[in-house]
Amino acid sequence: MRGLEDWLPRLVLAPSFAALLVFVYGFILFTIYLSTTSSTLLPVFDFIGFGAYSRLFAIPNWTVALKNLAIFGSLYIILCSVMGLFLAILIDQKIRAEGLLRPIFLYPMALSFIVTGTAWKWFLDPGIGLEQTMHALGWTSFTFNWIKDSQMAIYTIVIAAVWQSSGFIMAMFLAGLRGIDSEIMKAAQIDGASTVQTYRRIVIPQLRPAFLSAFVVLAHLAIKSFDLIIAMTNGGPGRATEMPSTFMYSYTFTRNQMNIGAASAVIMLMMISSIIVPYLYTELRGEKK
Amino acid sequence: MKATKAYLISAVLLGSSALAGAPALAQERVDVLHWWTSGGEAAALNVLKENLKKQGVDWQDVPVAGGGGEQAMTVLRARVTAGDPPTASQMLGFDVQDWAAQGVLTDLNALAAKENWDKNIPAALQQFSKYKGTWVAAPVNLHSTNWIWINKKVFDDLGLKAPQNWDELITALDKVKASGKTALAHGGQPWQDATIFDSVVMATGGPEFYKKALIDLDPAALGSDTMKKVFERMTKLRSYVDSNFSGRDWNLASAMVIRGDAAVQIMGDWAKGEFLGAGKKPGTDFLCARFPGTQGTVMFNTDQFAMFKVGANRQAAQQKMAAAIEDPTFQSSFNVVKGSAPARTDVSDAAFDDCGKKAIADVKEAEAKGTLLGSLAHGHAARAAVKNAMYDVITGEFNGDYTPDQAVKELVSAVASAKQ
Repeated sequence: MRGLEDWLPRLVLAPSFAALLVFVYGFILFTIYLSTTSSTLLPVFDFIGFGAYSRLFAIPNWTVALKNLAIFGSLYIILCSVMGLFLAILIDQKIRAEGLLRPIFLYPMALSFIVTGTAWKWFLDPGIGLEQTMHALGWTSFTFNWIKDSQMAIYTIVIAAVWQSSGFIMAMFLAGLRGIDSEIMKAAQIDGASTVQTYRRIVIPQLRPAFLSAFVVLAHLAIKSFDLIIAMTNGGPGRATEMPSTFMYSYTFTRNQMNIGAASAVIMLMMISSIIVPYLYTELRGEKK
Repeated sequence: MKATKAYLISAVLLGSSALAGAPALAQERVDVLHWWTSGGEAAALNVLKENLKKQGVDWQDVPVAGGGGEQAMTVLRARVTAGDPPTASQMLGFDVQDWAAQGVLTDLNALAAKENWDKNIPAALQQFSKYKGTWVAAPVNLHSTNWIWINKKVFDDLGLKAPQNWDELITALDKVKASGKTALAHGGQPWQDATIFDSVVMATGGPEFYKKALIDLDPAALGSDTMKKVFERMTKLRSYVDSNFSGRDWNLASAMVIRGDAAVQIMGDWAKGEFLGAGKKPGTDFLCARFPGTQGTVMFNTDQFAMFKVGANRQAAQQKMAAAIEDPTFQSSFNVVKGSAPARTDVSDAAFDDCGKKAIADVKEAEAKGTLLGSLAHGHAARAAVKNAMYDVITGEFNGDYTPDQAVKELVSAVASAKQ
């Protein structure tokens, strides 16, 4: 009887563990292997070395994709954190309609990125969206055509993504704020600290774990962002909003350069793990203490 | 053996799903993957279905929506990798060659010899349908990309005629622009930019240059002053499109010309379907003309049905399907609807409208003169990797990322890196 009790959880978990092993880690290894083969249209199983990586970094499109990721990623993470923290602090002021406001801010996250992207594409389209509406209202000098401008298009992606995610970050910060002992804040107030001082010196420093979680969530969302770009600009105008994920898809599936696509996927995995691994390390070490 | 194994695995994984275990039917059946899902295209394909039905062949449709067939190719990849290829799949240009190189396409030589394909199908098409001398695909049609479509009323009101050369085109576009209408209806997607590029290269450098630069990928031609002039002309054309062009679908650009909001669209002959669908008549409501300066040449793309290696029980139906595709009656009725020219040169043009008759005559002329050349924009000049590398430069330049000087240099290096 004792033996079965020991084994039952393992038995129950075994199928999903096996599936995970094959379909996540197995395919990661498969992708790494593909990047060292001469695969073009279909997977080919030979080994030709790591030439795909040097070719990858010689492709101007990949440089564009990395540059766009840098712009998008940094703005997305910073703006989402700032917006999220700001909203969380406002909601934390014991306001009356909190129960109503919280879901309102959180709900954009319930939409898929495809929906968000399509909605923002229409909204920002100068022919039918905001600009057209302003013209119809009589403000004819109004122009906002970033989505059609190859220099500015990447920022429209930032706008849509921040709109989508900052509510979720707010929820994370709000949970963090609620976890802070209110006695400390009361003590600070008795000592004569203003609200701004209390937040700046006492509350926000204590939100360090929440910041870290937010960063990890946002950073990996930024690196894997794909559907939003496909829905909003499809990588255009020109190739102005190419990102590593769209690059990976097009080289693997439409440009018949599967080894280059696999190499770019491996680079993306390395970027994500360079964020996640140190995070997991600190988390796990923290538990042991 | 491999196929059976994959079949078993998928049967186990999918359980009772319909995908897994279609039992062998007594009746013959073809299983066809394609992306002709729009109304006109589906109607055109119906002709083929009916033909086959009369011969006792059941048509199992595997339509995968999505314009250029990218999604369809992804589905195809999955099916072939799993050892369950369709009988036939719609395919474009070099893709046929790439698939044939994987050793998954079947040999149609016996049928081709019996029905004289070698004589009746233009050699320029054969280089895509044949792999190392073996017929592996049946061409359905011959689209050409160097067309311009003109709203006749807009041109008449301004006293304009269909332009015959580059300068006349610019004069006409200037006049339209001055009248306050959009001169050039265009959708800013890389393949559409490249469609214009096709014609401009031909108009600027002529067939020899086109072949050298875009088909032979000669670095000297790609980096030449002629190519720089091509990019300068692209920039010039860019000045005639409206500010909201980027990302627009080609059929919306056609609609602008149909409505008379814009005067000209540079697009392949599938645009004709949009005009006809809107109840417009060629010659009275709209004009079709070759892109100014490319008369006598045809840049084509051709839809083909590539035939896969299938089990013995499916081969008879496959041969029947290939024969039915090359049947002149089918070629005529299909291409009348599709807007393209037949893939065979011995098909009567009686059923076609003026634009179609012109297309068939142009193809014959170009075939005789050796100026029937594959279109870069549609994957019939260079393989997908090179084509897309060129797209990047063409669309980058068109959107102002490069000056013509930089674009020429980028083009040379992009092609060199993609050729590897």
